Amino acid sequence: MSNRVLRLAGYGLLLVAGLLAPFAVYPVFLMNALCFALFACAFNLLLGYTGLLSFGHAAFFGTAAYITGYAAKVMGLSTGLAILAGVAASLLLGVVFGGLSIRRQGIYFSMITLALAQLVFFVYLQAPFTGGEDGLQAIPRGKLLWVISLEKDLTLYYVVFAIFLLGFLLIYRTIHSPFGQVLKAIRENEARAISLGYDVNKYKLMAFVLSAGLAGLAGSTNAIVFSFVTLTDVDWHTSGDVVLMTLLGGMGSIFGPVVGAFSIVTLESRLSDKVGSLVTVIIGAIFVICVLLFRRGIVGEIQGLYRRVVGNRA
Amino acid sequence: MSEIFGVPIAALFGQLVLGLVNGCFYAMLSLGLAIIFGMLNIINFAHGAFYMMGAVFTWFLLNTWNIGWWWSLLLAPLAVGIFGIFVERVFLKRLYKVDPLYGLLLTFGLALVIEGLFRYKYGVSGLPYGIPEVFQGALNLGFMFLPKYRGIVVLATLVVCFTTWFVIERTQLGAYLRAGTENPPLVQAFGINVPVMITLTYAIGVALAGLAGVLAAPTLQVSPLMGSNLIIVVFAVVVIGGMGSILGSILTGLGLGLIEGLTKVFYSQASNTVVFMIMALVLLVRPAGLFGREK
Repeated sequence: MSNRVLRLAGYGLLLVAGLLAPFAVYPVFLMNALCFALFACAFNLLLGYTGLLSFGHAAFFGTAAYITGYAAKVMGLSTGLAILAGVAASLLLGVVFGGLSIRRQGIYFSMITLALAQLVFFVYLQAPFTGGEDGLQAIPRGKLLWVISLEKDLTLYYVVFAIFLLGFLLIYRTIHSPFGQVLKAIRENEARAISLGYDVNKYKLMAFVLSAGLAGLAGSTNAIVFSFVTLTDVDWHTSGDVVLMTLLGGMGSIFGPVVGAFSIVTLESRLSDKVGSLVTVIIGAIFVICVLLFRRGIVGEIQGLYRRVVGNRA
Repeated sequence: MSEIFGVPIAALFGQLVLGLVNGCFYAMLSLGLAIIFGMLNIINFAHGAFYMMGAVFTWFLLNTWNIGWWWSLLLAPLAVGIFGIFVERVFLKRLYKVDPLYGLLLTFGLALVIEGLFRYKYGVSGLPYGIPEVFQGALNLGFMFLPKYRGIVVLATLVVCFTTWFVIERTQLGAYLRAGTENPPLVQAFGINVPVMITLTYAIGVALAGLAGVLAAPTLQVSPLMGSNLIIVVFAVVVIGGMGSILGSILTGLGLGLIEGLTKVFYSQASNTVVFMIMALVLLVRPAGLFGREK
C-alpha cells in the first residue's frame, strides 16, 4: 500500500473514532479535551510553524469565553452568534497584542505576550461584566440555528466535534498553503525571509491574529460546554498548559497538539481529586522532562522512530 | 494638613515610599535576570520562585531554629545560590546548544515544581514575619512618617545594586564576565574557566533574588505564591528597560515602582495594570526599550 492510502485510512479511522467516542467516554470530558485540542492546534500554528512562543494565549481563550458567555446570557444572543462574537473579540485583541508583541523578537516576544495577558487578567478581575472572582455562571447552552437544542450532551458533542474539525482543517489548510510555507521560512531563518523580500512582520501578524481567533473559537466553545467562565480561563497557568500540551505532543506536527491536549486533560482530570494541589508539581515536572529528554514530543518521536524502522528496511 | 490635588501630602508620600519599596524588588529581580541573560542567554522564569524561596527560608529559619533576620540576610541567599548551582549543573547546562526558548520553558517548569511543592507544604495563606526590632517604628520627617524598615529596604537595595554595578563594570572579575558575555570561546582560550563562570553567574543571579526575598519577608506577605505574580511584572519591567544596561535595569525598576505608587493614590483601579500599560506604550514608541540597543 502506498503511503497516501495508509494516511487516508488513518484519517478515516480517526474520524470514525471521533464519531463513536461519546458512546464509550463521558461526552463532557471529550468536549473539554476537544476544545483544548483546538486551542493547542491554534497555539501550535504560532509556535510550531512560525517559531513564536506566545506565553499569553489564555488571553484570547478567556476573552472569547467571557464575550460568548456575556452575549449568550445577558444579551440573549443565540449560541452561534454568541460564539461568533467571542471569536470576533479575540481576533480584535489578537490584532492589538500581535501588533505590539511582534515588535520584539525571540524571548522578548514571550515576555511581552505574558505581560499583556496579565493585563487582561487584571482587567477582567475588576471589570463588572465578568463577575470578578465568581465568574460568569449559568450560561445557557441554547439552540443551534434557533432549532436544535444543545441541552443534551450528545447533541452538543457533535457540534463541538464539528467545530473542532472546522478549526483543525483550517489550520491544516493554512500550514500547507503558500502562506504556511512563508511562515515556516520565517521560523527557520527570519533574516533570510526578509532578504527574499517577504514582509515578515505582516506574515507574523497574520499568523498571530489567525491563531488568536482560533484560540478564541476554542474558548467560546468551552464556555458553552461548561456553561460557566471563570478567571482560570485567562490565568497564566492556562497559557502554560497550552504550551505544555503542544510541547508534549510535538510542536510543528499537525497531530501533536491534539495528542498533547488529550494527555494533559486526561492527566488533570484523573489526578486532581487524588493529589490535589500537587498537580502543578506534576505538570512542571512533565515540562522539565519534555525539554530535557524529548524535545520533539510524543508524535515527533513516534515519527522519528517510524522513519528509522522504515528507513532500515528499504 | 496640606494637600496636593485633594490628596493629603502624608498619604501621598506614604504611597510613594511603598511604591519605591516595590520598585526595589523589581530592580533587584530584573538586575539578576539581566545578569543571567547576559551570560547564559536564558530568561530565568524560576526567578520569582527563587525570590519566594528566599522569603520562605527566612521565615523557616526564625520559626524552626530561631535564627533571626540578620543571619537570614546571609544564609538565605547562600542557600538559594547553592540551589541555583544545582539547577544550573543538572538542568540548564544541557540547554546551551539549543534554542533559548527551551531555557524559558524549562525554568517555567521548574518554577511550577518549586511553587507547587512549597504550596503543598505551607498552603496559600500568608506566613507572618515580624519586622526586626531595631527597625520597628517610624522616623518623623516633618512632612510624613517614614517607617524605618521601608527606609532600610530602599537603602539596602541601593547598596546591593551599586555593589553589583561596581563589580561588573569596575573590577577584573567583572571584566571577565563582560568578556564572557560577548565571546565565550575567546575568553576560554585565554585560560578562564567559562563553565564555572557561567555556574557562578547563575548562582549569584538567583542569590540576588533570594536576598530580595529576605528583604521582602518582613514587609510583604510571605507566601508560596508571592513569586509568580511578581515575576510577570518584572518581565514587563525588563521589556521596558531593556537588558542591555545594569544601571538601566535599576532605574527602570525603581521608577516603575514609584509610578505604581502614584497610581495607587490617584487612580487605584489601574495600579495592577499600569506597568503593563507603560510597557505597551514603550513598545509603540521605542520598541527596543528605554535603555536597550536594537540587535
